[in-house]
Amino acid sequence: MADTAIPPDTAPHQPGTAARRRPGRPPAPERPRRHPRSRATAGTGRLAALLVSPTLLVLTVVVLYPTLMALDESLYGPKGLDPRTGFISNTEPFVGLKNYTDIFTQAGDRFWNAFWNTTFFTVVTVSLETVIGIAMALIMHRAFRGRSVVRASILVPWAIPTAISGLLWKWIFNADGIANVLLGHQVLWTADGFSAKIAVVIADVWKTAPFIGLLVLAGLQVIPKEVYEAARLDGASALQQFWRITLPLVKPALLVAVLFRCLDALRMFDLPYILIGAQKGSVETLSMLAQNEASNVRFGPASAYAVLLFLYVFLVALAFVRLLGADLIGGAGGTKKHKSHAVGVPRRRVREVTA
Amino acid sequence: MKTSTARAIQCSAALAAAGLLLTACGSSGGSGSGQSAQAAPVSFKGRGPITYVAGKDTTGTVQTIIARWNKAHPKEKVTFIQLPTDADSQRQQMIQNAETKSDAYTVLATDVVWTSEFAAHQWIEPLPANQFPLGKMLQPVVQTGQYRGKLYAVPASSNGGLLFYRTDLLKKAGVTRPPTTWAQMTADCAEVKKLPEAKTMSCYAGQFQKYEGLTVNFAEAVNSAGGRIVDASGKPDVDTPQAKKGLDFLVRSFKDKTIPKEAITYQEEDGRQAFQAGKLIFLNNWPYVYSLAQKSAIKGKFAVAPLPGLTGPGASSLGGSDLALSSFAKNKATALDFMKFFTSEESATYFLKNASLAPPYADLYDNASLDKQYPYLPDLKQSITKAVPRPRVVQYGDVTAAIQNEVYAALTGKKSSAQALKDLQGDLQKLTAQ
Repeated sequence: MADTAIPPDTAPHQPGTAARRRPGRPPAPERPRRHPRSRATAGTGRLAALLVSPTLLVLTVVVLYPTLMALDESLYGPKGLDPRTGFISNTEPFVGLKNYTDIFTQAGDRFWNAFWNTTFFTVVTVSLETVIGIAMALIMHRAFRGRSVVRASILVPWAIPTAISGLLWKWIFNADGIANVLLGHQVLWTADGFSAKIAVVIADVWKTAPFIGLLVLAGLQVIPKEVYEAARLDGASALQQFWRITLPLVKPALLVAVLFRCLDALRMFDLPYILIGAQKGSVETLSMLAQNEASNVRFGPASAYAVLLFLYVFLVALAFVRLLGADLIGGAGGTKKHKSHAVGVPRRRVREVTA
Repeated sequence: MKTSTARAIQCSAALAAAGLLLTACGSSGGSGSGQSAQAAPVSFKGRGPITYVAGKDTTGTVQTIIARWNKAHPKEKVTFIQLPTDADSQRQQMIQNAETKSDAYTVLATDVVWTSEFAAHQWIEPLPANQFPLGKMLQPVVQTGQYRGKLYAVPASSNGGLLFYRTDLLKKAGVTRPPTTWAQMTADCAEVKKLPEAKTMSCYAGQFQKYEGLTVNFAEAVNSAGGRIVDASGKPDVDTPQAKKGLDFLVRSFKDKTIPKEAITYQEEDGRQAFQAGKLIFLNNWPYVYSLAQKSAIKGKFAVAPLPGLTGPGASSLGGSDLALSSFAKNKATALDFMKFFTSEESATYFLKNASLAPPYADLYDNASLDKQYPYLPDLKQSITKAVPRPRVVQYGDVTAAIQNEVYAALTGKKSSAQALKDLQGDLQKLTAQ
């Protein structure tokens, strides 16, 4: 068609076409098109930068600056006492990475205990919460009478502030509390020991399983009914439907919920602090350790612990996004696809043209 | 036009203020240094509004006293800043204020164990000791405000441990006087437990949860057995036979159920409730229990005595609060006057009458009319005069944590008392080495 439509004398007017037809020079056809677009990008880019800059500024002030300050602070040791005057010196000595290397020597016991407690709480509570949360979501998803009441009541624990639920469970786990009455056996939950760990796990699961339930419920509600109808026609059992349809389709929402819960659990502070108390080896988390150091005016080691916790949280989040493909920022995967698409576009067009 | 005149007025006002300030600084600075040359080079200058910072006032009496001051000093008003009730958060906020060198806090109500730490960090000013009636106060209480021989905090209230006991049961069992030694107490318990109504009761409890109360109770046990945690020069001295006898009393009592098993989770309130519910024959607690127990089921069935010890009456730990002056505050002359007013015998009497706060003044305990209102006052006086302050060390937070760790391990049977004391001695040596 092109051959017949273009007379030979018009050829000089279209110098590009010849080049465009040559497969060896694919970028050439893009030039005329890209030029106006890039100019537009420069304009919109400037506008975008202008519009985004307040956000970036705020982020710098409230996120970047404190983080850098904490990093800097973590390089300083505690102030020393001058035995002659009896006064603490005014300046903190620069100790380099000593606060970090101390976790392998003198401060090691306490740090690693806190580290393993944090990990233990995260793994145990999040696993339990995931199972219970999914169960709650399945119940809430069912259509039955009084469903709204069940939904509301499941969400009550999530609505209670953690500090308050800490107090609440402290009374329940009191030596004469309802927990022991129901058990018919006196367990000293709030003493320092393994039972304290269990108490924290119970209280935390009670409090946050509804959160997972809520997010999974949202995921469940977008699964079309037809999928289940088709599965039923194919003779899939209820269990098969759950494993093959519900779980895979609810996975994006579930992953986000689990990720959020993991990050929350890693930062756990108020529940063990109020329920069991400060400086209890069996429940001390990294946050509690950092707070304790700071309250004893050792800001250097406190910052070091906080930075390590930050890294730990960061690595867990990264692992979730990279390994499990959790769609953290709703469309992160989408843009990635879009990008590869965009790269593919000119090539295909070239092929079209050459064809 | 308008703006420029406004600016001019502002400028001149600022200049005038600066001038005033300069002259004020010059004059009072000069007289101050001349006056108190023998003490620290601190001069208390500046008059005007100040703040008083303390934990939440649950009795309403602090506000009344401040209102009294404000009425008499309209130009030097005191604003009451209320912090949370628990001591840890109070300390936290005061430290934060000091770390930022803020002048928001002027007069601080400090716990008796914070003085060394606050003074060593120079968060609080040394005070002119001769301007306070310290001679009329109980000496262990005065000591709580001192650091390296200088006064940094003035006692505002005191507190000492008391032994609460069930008079009705002891009488029925044929015991006429409260015990003065631990052995006597255990023997009395055995007698009382023979009574049918006391079969399920436990003998004794204090505060053994892993928190500050455990340090208090451990210090009491050690001091009551003739031991000590730190010696006169502040060096740890806890790995001794006397200290072991003290700790052994607690460990043994847990083992033979003289102290009930659940007391390992007791804080002040848990013990009080157990005592009021008729689960305990003897209870070691602060005097505040008295008025509350009078309103409970055991009203009129209990009395107080000084704490028992190994061979005779024991030694209590000191509680209470002192007043200190923030180093970063303004109007320190007013602050000093307010501190004198707040810690005066008159104010202390008011606090005793209306909030049952133990006064630092010795003669108030011998006042017949007050004794009628609070029958425990003579015992409390004895408790406080024989009391030993908890270790007065700069790193108190770490010291108390170390004590709690080791003692808790001993009480729960994870360590022998000998091993716990040995480890504690090592920990404390490290903490006080600097």
